[in-house]
Amino acid sequence: MVEEESLRVVRCGGSELNFRRAVFSADSKYIFCVSGDFVKVYSTATEECVHILHGHRNLVTGIQLNPNNHLQLYSCSFDGTIKLWDYVDGILIKTFTVGCKLHALFTVSRPEDSVFVIINKEKPDIFQLVSVKLPKSSSQELEAKELSIVLDYINQSPKCIAFGNEGEYVAAVRDFYLSVYFFKKKTTSRFTLSSSRNKKHSKNNFTCVACHPKEDCIASGHMDGKIRLWRNFNDDKKYTYTCLHWHHDMVMDLAFSVTGNSLLSGGRESVLVEWRDAAEKNKEFLPRLGATIEHISVSPAGDLFCTSHSDNKIIVIQRNLEASAVIQGLVKDRSIFTGLMVDPRTKALVLNGKPGHLQFYSLQSDKQLYNLDIIQQEYINDYGLIQIELTKAAFGCFGNWLATVEQRQEKEAELELQMKLWLFSKKTQGFILNTKINMPHEDHITALCFCNAEKSEQPTLVTASKDGHFKVWILTDDSDIYKKAVGWTCDFVGSYHKYQATNCCFSEDGSLLAVSFEEIVTIWDSATWELRCTFCQRAGKIRHLCFGRLTCSKYLLGATENGILCCWNLLSCALEWSAKLNVRVMEPDPNSENIAAVSQSSVGSDLFIFKPSEPRPLYIQKNISREEVQWGVFVPRDVPESFTSEAYQWLNRSQFYFLTKSQSLLTFSTKSPEEKLTPTSKQLLAEESLPTTPFYFILGKHRQQFLNETSKNELVQLPLTENIPAINELLHTPAHVLPPASFLCSMFVNSLLLSRETESAKEIPEDIDMEEEKESDDSDEENDFSEKVQDTNDPDLGEDIIHQLSKAEEKELRKFRKVDYSWMASL
Amino acid sequence: MAAAERGAARPTGDNRTSRRRRRRREHCLRTSGLEPGALPGQSMRARAHVWPGRREAGAARGMGEFKVHRVRFFNYVPSGIRCVAYNNQSNRLAVSRTDGTVEIYNLSANYFQEKFFPGHESRATEALCWAAGQRLFSAGLNGEIIEYDLQALNIKYAVDAFGGPIWSMTTNPSGSQLLVGCEDGSVKLFQITPDKIQFERNFDRQKRSTIHKMIVDRQYMGVSKRKCIVWAVAFLSDGTVISADSAGKVQFWDSATGTLVKSHLITNADVQSIAVADQEDSFVVGTAEGTVFHFQLVPVTSNSNEKQWVRTKPFQHHTHDVRAVAHSPTALISGGTDTHLVIRPLMEKVEVKNYDAALRKITFPHRRLISCSKKRQLLLFQFAHHLELWRLGSTVATGKNGDTLPLSKNADHLLHLKTKGPENIICSSISPCGSWIAYSTASRFFLCRLNYEHDNISLKRVSKMPAFLRSALQILFSEDSTKLFVASNQGSLHVMQLVEGSFKHLHAFQPLSGTVEAMCLLAVSPDGNWLAASGTSAGVHVYNVKQLKLHCTVPAYNFPVTALAIAPSTNNLVIAHSDQQVFEYSIPDKQYTEWSRAVQKQGFHHLWLQRDTPITHISFHPKRPMHILLHDAYMFCIIDKSLPLPSDKTLLYNPLPPMNESDVVRRRTAHAFKISKIYKPLLFLDLLDERTLVAVERPLDDIIAQLPPPIKKKKFGT
Repeated sequence: MVEEESLRVVRCGGSELNFRRAVFSADSKYIFCVSGDFVKVYSTATEECVHILHGHRNLVTGIQLNPNNHLQLYSCSFDGTIKLWDYVDGILIKTFTVGCKLHALFTVSRPEDSVFVIINKEKPDIFQLVSVKLPKSSSQELEAKELSIVLDYINQSPKCIAFGNEGEYVAAVRDFYLSVYFFKKKTTSRFTLSSSRNKKHSKNNFTCVACHPKEDCIASGHMDGKIRLWRNFNDDKKYTYTCLHWHHDMVMDLAFSVTGNSLLSGGRESVLVEWRDAAEKNKEFLPRLGATIEHISVSPAGDLFCTSHSDNKIIVIQRNLEASAVIQGLVKDRSIFTGLMVDPRTKALVLNGKPGHLQFYSLQSDKQLYNLDIIQQEYINDYGLIQIELTKAAFGCFGNWLATVEQRQEKEAELELQMKLWLFSKKTQGFILNTKINMPHEDHITALCFCNAEKSEQPTLVTASKDGHFKVWILTDDSDIYKKAVGWTCDFVGSYHKYQATNCCFSEDGSLLAVSFEEIVTIWDSATWELRCTFCQRAGKIRHLCFGRLTCSKYLLGATENGILCCWNLLSCALEWSAKLNVRVMEPDPNSENIAAVSQSSVGSDLFIFKPSEPRPLYIQKNISREEVQWGVFVPRDVPESFTSEAYQWLNRSQFYFLTKSQSLLTFSTKSPEEKLTPTSKQLLAEESLPTTPFYFILGKHRQQFLNETSKNELVQLPLTENIPAINELLHTPAHVLPPASFLCSMFVNSLLLSRETESAKEIPEDIDMEEEKESDDSDEENDFSEKVQDTNDPDLGEDIIHQLSKAEEKELRKFRKVDYSWMASL
Repeated sequence: MAAAERGAARPTGDNRTSRRRRRRREHCLRTSGLEPGALPGQSMRARAHVWPGRREAGAARGMGEFKVHRVRFFNYVPSGIRCVAYNNQSNRLAVSRTDGTVEIYNLSANYFQEKFFPGHESRATEALCWAAGQRLFSAGLNGEIIEYDLQALNIKYAVDAFGGPIWSMTTNPSGSQLLVGCEDGSVKLFQITPDKIQFERNFDRQKRSTIHKMIVDRQYMGVSKRKCIVWAVAFLSDGTVISADSAGKVQFWDSATGTLVKSHLITNADVQSIAVADQEDSFVVGTAEGTVFHFQLVPVTSNSNEKQWVRTKPFQHHTHDVRAVAHSPTALISGGTDTHLVIRPLMEKVEVKNYDAALRKITFPHRRLISCSKKRQLLLFQFAHHLELWRLGSTVATGKNGDTLPLSKNADHLLHLKTKGPENIICSSISPCGSWIAYSTASRFFLCRLNYEHDNISLKRVSKMPAFLRSALQILFSEDSTKLFVASNQGSLHVMQLVEGSFKHLHAFQPLSGTVEAMCLLAVSPDGNWLAASGTSAGVHVYNVKQLKLHCTVPAYNFPVTALAIAPSTNNLVIAHSDQQVFEYSIPDKQYTEWSRAVQKQGFHHLWLQRDTPITHISFHPKRPMHILLHDAYMFCIIDKSLPLPSDKTLLYNPLPPMNESDVVRRRTAHAFKISKIYKPLLFLDLLDERTLVAVERPLDDIIAQLPPPIKKKKFGT
């Protein structure tokens, strides 16, 4: 179907939503945030991603509403362009090429044709705030080369720049000073705080700045948690400031409300503080926001705030300080110990999330599905505290069981270790803690794996530890007189010459267990727990171990630290082949015999796909990432691809995802990034023609009845505007792409004619039947449909969607019609 | 190192002493070598202070050493500040304390406390204000309005307002009328006449117009408003009324409509005091938590005329209630229960960032409360209402430089002499021989004879004091204890001959015609021939005691004299002024000495001139005529006149090179000022004999421990 293009590494979601301040649309309906190379448009009410604005070729570093047209959005990027978008339709209007890396973007209403950006032209760490004159022209691609420096030697972060009093001055902070540039006077004032030489003021560094929207007042945040409100700063001598101090650690961001009556601040405490009237005693808190507040933004309408958090989350907060929506991306705050896993039920990617949590992340919708609290302890956010870390996790028995290991080591001798086993509850659709094992081993657990064989009668778990043992845990009956219960107990403890156990792995049918003890691989019979044979290659400690699958199940693969990949034949108990490869990640594909190995060299990481049966790789992709690849996983596809090219066949049934050291989640794709957009987001456009609440239907019906009763001779019954595609199209298409009104007029009048009504009424039952059919096999259909939509960008696209929607609504309407509302008449 | 022995500590009688976790050392004796480099930077608890002797002299005598009596049993607690009033014309500050004492600080003269009026038990001041012509009035709970005579340093008159206790008082802007608010709710208006005040009218509390009037004249009063007490109000010329209340709010009202304009909740405790700057662009409030908040009128935006009051900086210099605040053009002044007077300059108002821009904290009076009998090793401590006589402990032990010596005999509390009557003691003195004690209150002069019979002491009051000796500002005994010099508040000096058990009035030096200025400082030469006396502004007069006539007058200097002393053999008069200048004036030659001229020519070290507490005592070493010993509250210093003066480039403090440097280097880097900051706050330091020093310290923690507990505040992280 799809013509094969070259396979490339693409970033697949999970990018930082908290990189820059989120921006609200003028009506507070949408919230924009940068996300890697894209700008995402979320609905503040439903938390859904409505649009993804893609066009930038590098990290988007700033977004701002066009102050002169609030339906447009400016964005800037490291690729050196400023783009103007129509965010309602997700259309790129203009591209201004500046040329150098843009670090942040600011817009002001006064000089209409210029925006401000942060660039670093000469030296790598010297940044300037420059104003860019945007040329006026009708063409889409423009060059904006007219730059003029406003402030030099500023901080890179846009949090350290703020425009005040409708663009009359700009305040910038860096280290220990605040500079204010007045555009009218063209002067810069600089106010310096006593610096680190004084012990008492050692943490006086500025961290962020905000300007009062109405008054000449600058708020600055500091390292020691203080907020200073500067006034009279147009006078170098008579300037004065007030201190507000509640935060005990650095102030991460500040924002004034639209009226300027209150100031919002946030820091590492994860508490949003609202200072009313800038008074120290008059403050409100919104605590327990989960993670460090990185950014705060305020909607221009004044009804919403939003905070971006370090755990890649955006919380939309109402004016009364109630959180109303949470937009959660892939949590990448901390290091990933558990590696990448795939939940067999939801096909979600599972990895370390918030501290002490396991996150379930949907790769399709780039959204966090679920957060499982493993450690179940209050997280105290402070430097220097040694936290309990979730180090290992594994799914077993088709997602019925989850095993987790957490550890905390304050000193060398004081290891706290806990293993938890969680059972999936069908009733609650979540994991419930079943067994908690304190100190399952004497030392760090290096590996754990479930026996995932289909015919195994008893769930079995194996843990390998540095203390030289591996333990087999089985599920046993734990019932007592009170209730029937099951629990996990240790069944067998194995060891091999006091070597540290480093890896363990079950064969596909579960009959064999391979445990590696440093350089030696031991094979155990899982029925009797007898040592069957050992392999020793003397090529360094075993780093990865896995059995071959399907036709290759007679092979065992091991990768050593010295860069040797070995393949043993279990039938002959001999080394089949070995290759010199410094393997960092080795992952078997659950749906095929393929095994992916990522090797690390000085220039970058290379990917090798091979079958254990033959030492020649199926596919090699050189230099998939400059950084070290830390984890990788095969995620089974819902719909198999059909790559005909032999080289890409390994991607047909599963997709390979990998995580680099800087925690970017990458995958392989042949499609262009535009095609990856899911169709659902486009359908959400119709959300504006809101509220189809039950009350709406009741009222509508009531009104209809009333009309019918009173004026039976007047047969004119206006059709619902939503049901007429022409009107819908008229209302939803942006004005600048509509044909002239004279052309539309006849169409509009025609649409109001009654003759069509009977036809549409006939169509309804047919449509519903069709939909019912569709539902049965929609998983396949939907995907095809999505591809079609993206491939063909023809004009009847909009109509298609609307048509479908009206069907959905009709269906709902029918549902309501069935309900007896006769009681309403009696009211 | 031996453990210090506890002095005969008097129980404090205070149950808060448990707060002092610290081991108190009431008195200890230590040796102190003259080699300063011996203990560089050691953090021993009892580190010796070290005195460099001249190398030449030291070589002859071996290592010179001082034994230091480190006295900490002077249980002095200053009383809390009740009112503060600032006078812009003279740049003087009047401070009244809870015991009724009124002190006048000259802000131009390095914040020197140049005058004081002793307190009176029944005269608790509640209000203090300056009127036109720099006249100072106070009013208090006894219902009297008092005017002070700032020249003669006594009370000019007291007028009863007949309205019960007076809670508040203010003048009209021109300073010609005085308005008092009384307990009975009436407000009384007085006209200030050139020599008195005259009652003019009475505003009754019922009339609406009078309430308005009260506000207009910046009255403050106790008005209860739903359990919330308005502690202070201020009326601005634009009609804004600012109120400070017990709920911790500072509120702005429109006086025309009586509506609340803006409210600032600044503290959880009471806001007790308010003071507005003359320009009405800033004001200051003091709270019960010890915080002082500054409010400023700032423009809302740079291009509009609209202005708003903004709370700007908080200052936490107090631990207790800030009962009184004042706003000078360049500084915020606050005082309260914790007895400190804090002067916080406003940086934006200070033209040059010199030492005037530094924070001043005045705790101790700028005069001596301690006198010492060298012969008997006695210390006389002066309190508000009693005197204490202590005998210093002694030791037989010897030790190395820096050692703390064990006391073989503890310090002895010999005498507790309580005054009769409600008045505070103005001054006191013990004769060098230890057998006479003289003290004075505002209305009576007392002279007592002490008899020592082994351990028993008997005190005999000398009666029949002459009628002219009613009150004294300063009392001094001659070195041989045969003469008594009394500076009375009429400006005259009396010389009395002391004979066994009685006395004889020899002479009275009358003030120069036309001056009524009181003499506050006296000094007598050790040979008893010369008497130097100084007032607050005019020069120092030197009298010949033998011939009983004025010998000469040292030319007047701009700054008041803070300490006087006459050197033993040379009869050089050493004068210290509040700007830290030290002059040496030869009495026989009637001119400044060569050294003094040289000092003036070169000028003092800038760090020396930046010191902010006045020199309160000067003394001399009997065997080393080139040395002048002087001290202020935070250091004591030996000026060695034979060494070169330090230039601004050299280090003033700790200029001594380490021991291992060669003599040449040591001599080259040595300069005349040897400064020690070991004892602080230092209230008194003198030489008992050639080898013994006595230093009286009063640690601030001990004072705080005797104050009522402050308002508990939660401190983050504790």
